[in-house]
Amino acid sequence: MIIQTPEAVMFWILAPLSVIAALGMLLVKKAVHSALLLAWVMITLAIFYIAQEALFLGIVQIVVYTGAVMMLFLFILMLVGVDASDSLKETIPGLRPIAITAAIGFGGLLTALIGRATLGRDAVGLADANAAGNVQGLAALLFSDYVWPFEVISALLITAAMGAMVLAHHQRTVARPSQRQSSIARFRSGSLSTAAGLPGPGVFARHNAVDVPALLPDGTPAPTSISATLKARGDMLESGQFQLDVVDTTVAEEK
Amino acid sequence: MNPYNYLYLAGILFTIGAIGVVVRRNAIVVFMCVELMLNAANLSFVTFSRINGTLDGQVTAFFTMVVAACEVVVGLAIIVAIYRSRRSASVDDASLLKR
Repeated sequence: MIIQTPEAVMFWILAPLSVIAALGMLLVKKAVHSALLLAWVMITLAIFYIAQEALFLGIVQIVVYTGAVMMLFLFILMLVGVDASDSLKETIPGLRPIAITAAIGFGGLLTALIGRATLGRDAVGLADANAAGNVQGLAALLFSDYVWPFEVISALLITAAMGAMVLAHHQRTVARPSQRQSSIARFRSGSLSTAAGLPGPGVFARHNAVDVPALLPDGTPAPTSISATLKARGDMLESGQFQLDVVDTTVAEEK
Repeated sequence: MNPYNYLYLAGILFTIGAIGVVVRRNAIVVFMCVELMLNAANLSFVTFSRINGTLDGQVTAFFTMVVAACEVVVGLAIIVAIYRSRRSASVDDASLLKR
């Protein structure tokens, strides 16, 4: 069976793109970019499934993988946040060359194996199997020959859901402090500067975004007025540029 | 072109995923590479289904998707639990048994 030209064109356009995206997944620094590239690889795979007469699997691939699984990944990424593990520095010396050599050997073996094992064998195609429709054919198989694996896999799904709930459940070992208790603790902590709460960000009347530290009476920026996450990410602006001695008077002149 | 080219593509994607599992340090990226390997295996299942003219390969790929979804749910719950106790999602930091 020789694949018709439109599918061949699609394959030779999308296959290199998916390989590039998969390689990019290894090379980009931020985990969010990796997730986006993986989503692209999954979409190309869905297109390949549909092109290979697996319409149901193609739709399921988009709904389950790019929909649910990638959303879960992004959700966890936002929950965990960015930290030092995003860096590409290798911690075990000499690991990377060994890994790449082993992978090239493995890939070569796999490719050579496919090349040798499939020589002289002709593909049949799914025209007969899909005669009554792909979904109908799959359903007939799933609820006759594969009904026992189907039941087992439903048990697996329920177990996984329970396991996730058990693992993610967080039991407090000490009682949550009440508002009164935390207020007393603030006043007894030694310094009274934070007794009324941390200062809010922003320079009044000039720039009140959350990434601009507030100015203290002596003109220095107050570091406690900025979220620690913004500071760690390096997204903090200089509040010096919003000080009053650089007042821009162009508006007044226009009048 | 014949359908075996899909098998080569699946092999390449599987290899890339395997490199990622070994090389990357962020546990979430390692997980994404495992997902890539499972997807590559699924592609070869679908291609074999087409080569053999039966739908059994597609049913197997469907089961693989369910298993992958379960694996992601439990794995990400473990990552969140580790992150909560150690404040890090790096696979190199969770080496307490070594010391």
